[in-house]
Amino acid sequence: MAVVFDKPKSLADLPLHYCPGCPHGIIHRLVAEALDELGIEGKAIGIAPVGCAVMAYDYFTCDMIESAHGRAPAVATGIKRCRPDNIVFTYQGDGDLASIGMAETVHAAARNENITIIFVNNAIYGMTGGQMAPTTLPGQVTQTSPYGRDVNQCGWPIRVSEMLATLEGPEYITRVAVNNVKNVMNAKKAIKKAFQNQVEGKGFSLVEVISACPTNWGMTPEQALKWVDSDMLPYYPMGVYKDRSAAKEAK
Amino acid sequence: MAKLTFKTDLCKGCGLCVSTCPKGCLAIDTASINKKGYSPAVMVNEDKCIGCAFCATMCPDCIITVEK
Amino acid sequence: MAERVLMKGNEAIAEAAIRAGCRHYFGYPITPQTEIAAYMAKKMPKIGGVFLQAESEIASINMVYGASAAGMRVMTSSSSPGISLKAEGLSYLAGSDIPAFVVNVQRGGPGLGGIQPSQADYFQATKGGGHGDYRMIVLAPASVQEMASLTIKGFDLADKYNMTAMILADGTIGQMMEPITFEDEEIRQYDKPWALTGHEGKRPHNVVNSLYLKPEELERKNFERYERYKLVEENEAMWEEYMMEDAEYCVVAFGIASRVAKNAVVAAREKGIKVGLIRPITLWPFPKKVLEQAAEKVRGFVCVELSMGQMIEDVRLATNCKRHVGLVCRSGGMVPSPDEVLAGIENAVKGVY
Repeated sequence: MAVVFDKPKSLADLPLHYCPGCPHGIIHRLVAEALDELGIEGKAIGIAPVGCAVMAYDYFTCDMIESAHGRAPAVATGIKRCRPDNIVFTYQGDGDLASIGMAETVHAAARNENITIIFVNNAIYGMTGGQMAPTTLPGQVTQTSPYGRDVNQCGWPIRVSEMLATLEGPEYITRVAVNNVKNVMNAKKAIKKAFQNQVEGKGFSLVEVISACPTNWGMTPEQALKWVDSDMLPYYPMGVYKDRSAAKEAK
Repeated sequence: MAKLTFKTDLCKGCGLCVSTCPKGCLAIDTASINKKGYSPAVMVNEDKCIGCAFCATMCPDCIITVEK
Repeated sequence: MAERVLMKGNEAIAEAAIRAGCRHYFGYPITPQTEIAAYMAKKMPKIGGVFLQAESEIASINMVYGASAAGMRVMTSSSSPGISLKAEGLSYLAGSDIPAFVVNVQRGGPGLGGIQPSQADYFQATKGGGHGDYRMIVLAPASVQEMASLTIKGFDLADKYNMTAMILADGTIGQMMEPITFEDEEIRQYDKPWALTGHEGKRPHNVVNSLYLKPEELERKNFERYERYKLVEENEAMWEEYMMEDAEYCVVAFGIASRVAKNAVVAAREKGIKVGLIRPITLWPFPKKVLEQAAEKVRGFVCVELSMGQMIEDVRLATNCKRHVGLVCRSGGMVPSPDEVLAGIENAVKGVY
């Protein structure tokens, strides 16, 4: 018998601190698989966010740095500009990337920094206990939107991929999900491509991963993944929003 | 014929492997509790397992090794 | 070979940084320090370096954080309101114990304040600015020559102690032109085994981090850091003494204020007042010992500052309030005249504080 599925080497042999059923673990694994399969773990430098994935610096076996809240794309810029031969990636949540770090995100994309961003969107602040995120859905109940997100009072959730795709700068912007096997397989391909783009010097590649937060959504893990299908994906449709190289080839 | 190995001590009993298994091979063993204090997932129907690795694909804690 | 050139203070910083081996500059425009960015924008591409105008001061200090973590000599520069924005990054740099070189060419505040010279960021620079238990090495140049020499020194100290070194200058010295000499200095290289280079399978992964969830671990880290700070305090304080041999009164001033104060000291001497000047060159570590010793022999001190009086608190602490400390200060971008300082000295002689 041969091993057909095992933990990737780039994911450290440590118990993950995430809540039961939290898809962060799946997304971590997909990133580690991409590092393994492309053989780039030894060259990789990862940037952990502030949020639930703050301790990602322990979980990835490559060199890692912990960034201030939202600043990961700026930190990545600093590293990549100094060490263009290394593979630099950030791993950020929705509060980190789309709220406090929106300026850093947009400008890194506009500059087409040759970095890879894994953007985990689960429509809520997890680490701080379930507050409204910039991606919280209209009507969604959180600790700071206890009567449901009122778009007249606090605005509409931001579709980051669609917005970034309007910029000339970035190479590759795509949205995937990890709520079932088929979607996880697609997410894996997208994440690998986002790293491959960097290896080939193509530029800024961002994969928005629609995830779940069973704990703060107040659901079982299984219910949460179903809610991704029923509520998240209609507002945040999966798809490739920008692929400059593919568009060029098509011409 | 496939073989699944669980790092049972790391299982958080979230049940995503159970719900994703197309053959109904897995279950949460409510009778036992692991070191972390969770009732872990276990194989209950090994004969039916086809080694599709759907369970491992959805496992957020990367505790399942699949051999085929 | 030594090279003599006429330069603006801000340009002297930029040129000295390049000579110190800095090949990475991240900044954001703000008056009155933009010449530094302009100089770097011109030079860096020609010497294989990186100049990047960031989207904000916050981004630029975080780019510095990344580049420093990657093991590079790197700098950013700004002026007062911009330094407030960089405070977050300064705290992370300190918490991660990695070096950085930061320039603050101060302008009047608070708020948007003005664009004229000031020394009102003394507290921010020497007492923190960002959150948490940390210090920065703070260097206060009083001439264009020192803008250059303290820049070279600052890069060395930052690497030596794995901490941020800040040049705390002001708009006047930044804009002033003076002839300066660049000596052929040997730039010391430091090992950075903690740097993020990609482990290439040859070592365990490096992690640059300031998060310690266990309080006893965070406390231990802070204790370790302060052991290092103690070494800085013991070894790196710098100051200049001027006419202090027989002085009965002592003026204390740094940066541009010290130049005005020197003129006043000369004028007071002409009037027969035995007065001297102590000019702190490092504001942190503060040259406590020389002030403590001066307190044994002088009758009084006069602080001259371009702020409402900030360094005066450190002078009182260093001298254990043994003697009166008078204050001659202007604020908001105003500079005291030598006559105002002379009047302050004469008041000290009269015992009027």
